[in-house]
Amino acid sequence: MERIPILKMGRYLLVTIQVDMHDRLAMALQDDLMEQIRRHHAEGVLIDISALDLVDSFIGRMLGNIAAMARILDADTVVTGMRPAVAITLVELGLSLTGVRTALNVERGMELLDTAREERETGDGRRQG
Amino acid sequence: MTDGAKSALPSLLGRYEKEILEDWVKLQLASDTHRADLVTERDVRSESQRFLEATRTAIANGTDIRTPEWNDVKNLLTELSQSRARQGFSPSETAMFVFSLKQPLFGRIRTELAKDPAALADATWAATSLIDRLGILTMEVYQKGREGVIQRQQEELLELSTPVVRLWDNVVAVPLIGTLDSARTQVVMENLLQEIVNLGAAIAIIDITGVPTVDTLVAQHLLKAVAAARLMGADCIISGIRPQIAQTIVHLGVDLGDVVTKATLADAFALALKRNGLTVTKVAAVSSGS
Repeated sequence: MERIPILKMGRYLLVTIQVDMHDRLAMALQDDLMEQIRRHHAEGVLIDISALDLVDSFIGRMLGNIAAMARILDADTVVTGMRPAVAITLVELGLSLTGVRTALNVERGMELLDTAREERETGDGRRQG
Repeated sequence: MTDGAKSALPSLLGRYEKEILEDWVKLQLASDTHRADLVTERDVRSESQRFLEATRTAIANGTDIRTPEWNDVKNLLTELSQSRARQGFSPSETAMFVFSLKQPLFGRIRTELAKDPAALADATWAATSLIDRLGILTMEVYQKGREGVIQRQQEELLELSTPVVRLWDNVVAVPLIGTLDSARTQVVMENLLQEIVNLGAAIAIIDITGVPTVDTLVAQHLLKAVAAARLMGADCIISGIRPQIAQTIVHLGVDLGDVVTKATLADAFALALKRNGLTVTKVAAVSSGS
């Protein structure tokens, strides 16, 4: 079965979704991602969906779930590169992914992860080092 | 309808085409619905001639304009009607093209069939119902042409009324003017999101100074746009909220959630600059006092 590759970049994990997502692939990604976060002690997850031009309610909810799960494992999630049409669709579906951080592209997403991390380290100090 | 009447029209048109054309053109030019400023006599003549020729060919196969033989005539009328609608003819001026054919045609029928009252009545009836149907067709096409114009204008208005302007690096603004409905919000949203991608903007300011009223629906539309922009990774600021609108929003119980709102575009811009880590300062000595 095909899987979506998860790349480790320093403290963060990078996932770029290049193929059409179907439900089973999405579930597999969710499992893999949680496993990798635990294994690498990742502090952030960046999911780039700039190649996706179709996102249904299931995938939308999955993105929200991944963010929530990652938060429990103490990692921030940023979704980047969402296309205008996809954004409109998600809003019309009533999924505004409130728990998910978003950025325009991967570069901005990395910056966002950095600042989020700094904020949390200086802020509540839940994680040391 | 007798056979005599059926055959009377085609043969009449065949024999007296030139005369009918002359009378018809004269009548059209003399009529008070003639627009000398829009069409020349030569145009009227050539249009009338083409129409008569096509009619003569078609009428040989009966007067039912639904048959394919009448397609030429119908196409001709469609073309004429559309071009007149575009040129700014009024409905009656357009319709009179066909209806003014009645007088010369009836005149010919009368002189030709004067001796046979029954055939005269039949031929008159056949001719009048034919011309009426052609006239109605003309009007339908004219109406459609006008509707097309209106629709195009509406679309143009939609495009014109929703510009997205770049205020600074990473900052874009949409000054909204006029009432917001679903269709317009959709266009605004699409334009805004596309420009966010094109310009790589991180902050979008939606300025509603020009929106006359904000009801629950408009507020909902705005919130949708804000949510969509956020999904793409851009923060939205809504600015230009007038005091009355602020009151309306509260009275209606609309929850703007955690959307940042500012009273004026200037305030919103200042906030956008601040978020970008920029400040505006006065240059120390600007040749003042010297």
